Amino acid sequence: MKVIDALEIVSQTNPGMVRSHNEDSVACEAACGLVVLADGMGGYNAGEVASGIAISVTAMEIAHRLQNASPIERDEQSGEELGVLLLRDNIQKANASIYHASKSQPQYAGMGTTIVAGLFYDNRVAVGHVGDSRMYRLRGEVFESITRDHSLLQEQIDSGIISIEDARHSKNKNLVTRAVGIDAEIAAEIHVHDVRVGDIYLLCSDGLNDMVEDDDICATLHAMQGNLPLAAEQLIQMANDNGGRDNVSVILVKVKSEFAAPRGWLAKAIDWFNK
Amino acid sequence: MAAKLILSMDGVVINEYPISKERMTVGRKAHNDIVIDNLAVSGEHAAIVTILNDSFLEDLDSTNGLAVNGAVVKKHFLQPNDVIEIGKYHLKYINDQASQTTSADFEKTMVLRAPVKQAAAAEKPAEPGFMSTQVDANKAAAAEMVEKTGKFGALRPAEAAPAPANTAATPAPAAPSAPAASAAPAATAPQAAAIQILTGPNAGKELDLVKNLTTLGKPGVQVAVLTRRPHGFFITHVEGENFPLVNGQALSDKPHQMNDHDVIELAGVKMEFYFKG
Repeated sequence: MKVIDALEIVSQTNPGMVRSHNEDSVACEAACGLVVLADGMGGYNAGEVASGIAISVTAMEIAHRLQNASPIERDEQSGEELGVLLLRDNIQKANASIYHASKSQPQYAGMGTTIVAGLFYDNRVAVGHVGDSRMYRLRGEVFESITRDHSLLQEQIDSGIISIEDARHSKNKNLVTRAVGIDAEIAAEIHVHDVRVGDIYLLCSDGLNDMVEDDDICATLHAMQGNLPLAAEQLIQMANDNGGRDNVSVILVKVKSEFAAPRGWLAKAIDWFNK
Repeated sequence: MAAKLILSMDGVVINEYPISKERMTVGRKAHNDIVIDNLAVSGEHAAIVTILNDSFLEDLDSTNGLAVNGAVVKKHFLQPNDVIEIGKYHLKYINDQASQTTSADFEKTMVLRAPVKQAAAAEKPAEPGFMSTQVDANKAAAAEMVEKTGKFGALRPAEAAPAPANTAATPAPAAPSAPAASAAPAATAPQAAAIQILTGPNAGKELDLVKNLTTLGKPGVQVAVLTRRPHGFFITHVEGENFPLVNGQALSDKPHQMNDHDVIELAGVKMEFYFKG
């Protein structure tokens, strides 16, 4: 089955209760199974500009390349799959665009953005991220984050300075150690995970996971998995009910059926006819 | 410097120590940052390690140990107004940063080590407008489901008052520091409530609504959720062809606020909602 038919994708973004600007950006390219979310930072409207650039560069470039190529093709030089390669290259490209914009225009100086992107193909998802925007997975009863924040707090948790319970009360939550557009080079963290039918993936900005406990997010997704738009609505509402101190964005992806990539000449021919 | 420690004994303040460096030590010997000249105190008794706005207390294998708010600790993440007990002495931890966390200007995500420019402009309160994108063409129906949060929004603009003057006073090991508020539970929790099942095999059963979200019904057949929000309880239809009835009236696709003694009918089972207390 094609990826566009196998996935149900819903996205929503909201400025929250306190901020006047929404510096988050989201994009969903259902045809190639790509979802991207970015949380911008910087003065005045620079945050919006940074997240906007990150989203448009990654989403458009990847969607464009995959019109004529399959994400399971292997790159001749590196031997990497095209899907993984596209994610890495385009986050790097977004980084270069933002970096140059902030260097050339003083009002954008120092702007940057987090990013989390998922490319679904061949019963897998390649996840790339930079900063503290997250991807969670609900599989059966188990709800867990499959990305690890690039933040001071996560480093403190990893080195045992602070426990996960104490981390909720930390005042250093908003310090990221990696962001797109701050330096000339960026290393996106990329992992490939197997996907199962029934999985629900949640991409969110820290406006959600700082305001709503993981347990409540899990309960909402579990109860509302039959109605994704409502689930997205509910998550944002919970963040705003708890104070809504930051912009809140969510993308939900539900896996309705398998989507193995066509292999061999016969499958490719059938796929070609079905185009 | 925002955080400090106040040393006292028997309620009498002896001295105040601003937290001025990354690691401060407490002990009997003269080289400590906080010297307590008492035989119950070890030479090097404890250390307070501060990373930006968070401070951690650590026992340096002292003879008589440490307690915070009455509980013995080896290592502790200090919260504002914690009282550290060393023998007969008390050290109170004060951190003014905590009270500033309501200001939006202090919560912006920032990159460590980057020269991020701060916009000191005061922000206007947010408009509670929703922007929603929906990709799945099959599910075009449920668009405007959310109940507008205007009522709650009206309570909050006061918090968005400008607070730029404080920026200068914060420590600066990295970019201008900005304490993020912890995920605070809603300020005003609604009254406790419960539902009692009236018909069917479980008739008479009572269910306290203690969670923020309670699911009713059967997945795949008919599901509704009861959500607890700051200003009350709401029922929302989630899935199934039939919509639940409240007092005989079918719900729309919008959340419906529950009143005392409302009767819900869902998948052929009647239940009553009521407030407790």
